[in-house]
Amino acid sequence: MGSEMKTKEELNSDAERLLEPILAKKAAGGTISPKERLAIPVQEMPTQDPAARGKNVSEVALGYGECQARLEAERCLGCKNAPCVRGCPVQVPIPRFIEEIQKGDFKAAADTIKETNLLPAVCGRVCPQEKQCQLECTVGKSLKSIDNAVAIGRLERFVADWERENNKVTVPEVKPGTGKKVAVVGSGPAGLTVAADVAREGHRVTIFEAFHKTGGVMVYGIPEFRLPKSIVQAEVDILKKMGVSIETNFLVGRTRTVKELMEEDGFDAVFIGVGAGLPKFLGCPGENLVGVFSANEYLTRANLMKAYDAEKSATPIYQSRIVAVIGGGNVAMDAARMALRLGAAEVHVIYRRTRDEMPARAEEVEHAMEEGIVFDFLRNPEKILGDDQGRVTGMEVKKYELGEPDASGRRSPVPIAGSEYIFDCDTVIVALGNESNPLLTKTTDNLDVDRRGRIIVNEDQKTSLDRVYAGGDIVLGAATVILAMGEGRKAAAAINTLLK
Amino acid sequence: MNRIISKKQLSADVYEMTIEAPLIAKSRKAGQFLIVQIDTDWGERIPLTIADADPAAGTITMVFQTVGASTHKLAVLSPGDSVENVLGPLGNPTHIEKFGTVVCVGGGIGVAPLFPIVQAMKEAGNTVKVIIGARTKELVIFEDRMRKYADELVIVTDDGSYGRKALVTEPLREFCEADPKPDMSIAIGPPIMMKFCEKTTAEFDVPIMVSLNTIMIDGTGMCGGCRVTVGGETKFVCVDGPEFDGHKVDFENMMIRMRSYKDREDRDHHTCHIGLGIEPHAAPGGK
Repeated sequence: MGSEMKTKEELNSDAERLLEPILAKKAAGGTISPKERLAIPVQEMPTQDPAARGKNVSEVALGYGECQARLEAERCLGCKNAPCVRGCPVQVPIPRFIEEIQKGDFKAAADTIKETNLLPAVCGRVCPQEKQCQLECTVGKSLKSIDNAVAIGRLERFVADWERENNKVTVPEVKPGTGKKVAVVGSGPAGLTVAADVAREGHRVTIFEAFHKTGGVMVYGIPEFRLPKSIVQAEVDILKKMGVSIETNFLVGRTRTVKELMEEDGFDAVFIGVGAGLPKFLGCPGENLVGVFSANEYLTRANLMKAYDAEKSATPIYQSRIVAVIGGGNVAMDAARMALRLGAAEVHVIYRRTRDEMPARAEEVEHAMEEGIVFDFLRNPEKILGDDQGRVTGMEVKKYELGEPDASGRRSPVPIAGSEYIFDCDTVIVALGNESNPLLTKTTDNLDVDRRGRIIVNEDQKTSLDRVYAGGDIVLGAATVILAMGEGRKAAAAINTLLK
Repeated sequence: MNRIISKKQLSADVYEMTIEAPLIAKSRKAGQFLIVQIDTDWGERIPLTIADADPAAGTITMVFQTVGASTHKLAVLSPGDSVENVLGPLGNPTHIEKFGTVVCVGGGIGVAPLFPIVQAMKEAGNTVKVIIGARTKELVIFEDRMRKYADELVIVTDDGSYGRKALVTEPLREFCEADPKPDMSIAIGPPIMMKFCEKTTAEFDVPIMVSLNTIMIDGTGMCGGCRVTVGGETKFVCVDGPEFDGHKVDFENMMIRMRSYKDREDRDHHTCHIGLGIEPHAAPGGK
């Protein structure tokens, strides 16, 4: 835990001292040996003080300063086989962009990333790099800990922020118009990726979004304190400059069907990236009491509708004193931390397994703990209790222990008989994951879906319908921003081939 | 942006507004609704009914009651102004078929969403009996429009200032007692009214459809804010409804859930009256 808590400026001037001799040596024509590179300390991410940040929705992680970024970049060995790139779902040319940072050419670094990823400011912030690019990093392996891998995500974020803050953002080149029209359904990470890749080839792209704002989970789900909405907006604005049209308040399946888009509105291809937005509930008694929310509802009110600003926002949010968040993923962390910022006195995360099995990013769990969120591991609610007004007063909770590893190697939680106890709380937020929303698939004839309502696609992301492609969570089930983008990239390539 | 074409005040606190929304006008069916947000940055998303549509003109008509801050802000807009966000049509259309005799009950503002259903039921060849209920004479809306389609129209007011002095359940009971009894009934209005319509029809084994207007945020099935218990199962009003078999709905739970934000709504409504310079008057029900 960041007990010393240095400021962004202090961290940057520490980095400056270490960076100076390296730059001097290079300027004199010398080279930095791998041994020297491995000796450079991992650059810590400056953050807002935990006590202060629990009371605001501003971004927690503050981002590297220039010296910190350049020093961290010097840790990269520039491996010829670049294992990190293999770990990235959209194959960002990582060693190349880091080399540009080493040279101090941040603009070139940003342009290099954008060859394959148009949302670097988002991905640098929310990707689980420890399970992707950084997991494969040679430096991390040499130093025997994933924590010592080159901080690729932080570097990606740095160059994207630098470019935006210094007004150096350039619009990617778009080929001459082909006259072909492509509809992109959903403006989340998958849809935005497809829109960019297809627009580059000169096709006319229209994005259809049901909400009044674009960005999907990046605007309604991931909170401001992890991903400022102005950043999502800036990245969407680039698409508009590339000629992409955006239709908000347009629910495909109701406002127009997929068939109408193709047969009447003249779209040559359709990409479906509507995500997995249907929240799961507990299925236990009391789940419809007042004070029980899906994390989707809670976060949508707080993020998209900005209910955290009770003076300006017309959307109310439940006033809570003691909050129980059920679940152990990133959404649970986001909901718990948001509840704290909305003034709850006490926030508990109730999770059936232990910290080791939590699917949430380690960094988010750490941040939550620093902010004072309480973790009740090996617990699960049996039922939610309410008063005569139908409002939540608590939960009956059962204790669990970890049993034998199952087929997948994960130890499954086993309830302990007779261990039930009453946990007092006034709010329950359910973050047990999402399923695919059936609205679009049910209103599209002959579109094949699996048992769980996910759209079935081939290796090119093509669905059972000609000229209709799908990707992201509607295919994968609830996954990550970057995996959705990876699917979008594949679909876009297939659409571009189709329309050639 | 959806331009307001016309606005008409139908009663003390009920307005009819016609707005430009060509795609919605084209695809909407009886029973469907909208999510409306007056301003993108700070406005809330509220569910409103589509009372009518003109596909040729590309317009839809919504009827709403000023029960809170957002509906009041909507009511002070004028033709030429715009509503920033209108999403629709949402929800499943009403199941329309030739049932035989259909009794349609509308209470208060619920008369507006009932109108396209009455129209469609009549066009499908049914004998349509309509009951309109209001607190008082000034709050009776859509009488003329209903008359065009209803085979029989009964108006009741709580205070007897117009039509019969009765609750809607009285004429409903009489229709149920007739021989043959109705083949289908529909009730749209305040939850308490729908609950008692359900009880009345249950006695006679007459099926009843109710259209629920719960709290909503997105209206597309992604949050569950609108959820209700139907036949012991959790259902989302925005995608599974808004119409359900009234005999299976847990109205008690629904009414409790609709009061979730009562304190905040009262505060905003009060502030809004001051801000908009409107005389406050008693606001019945929640949204």
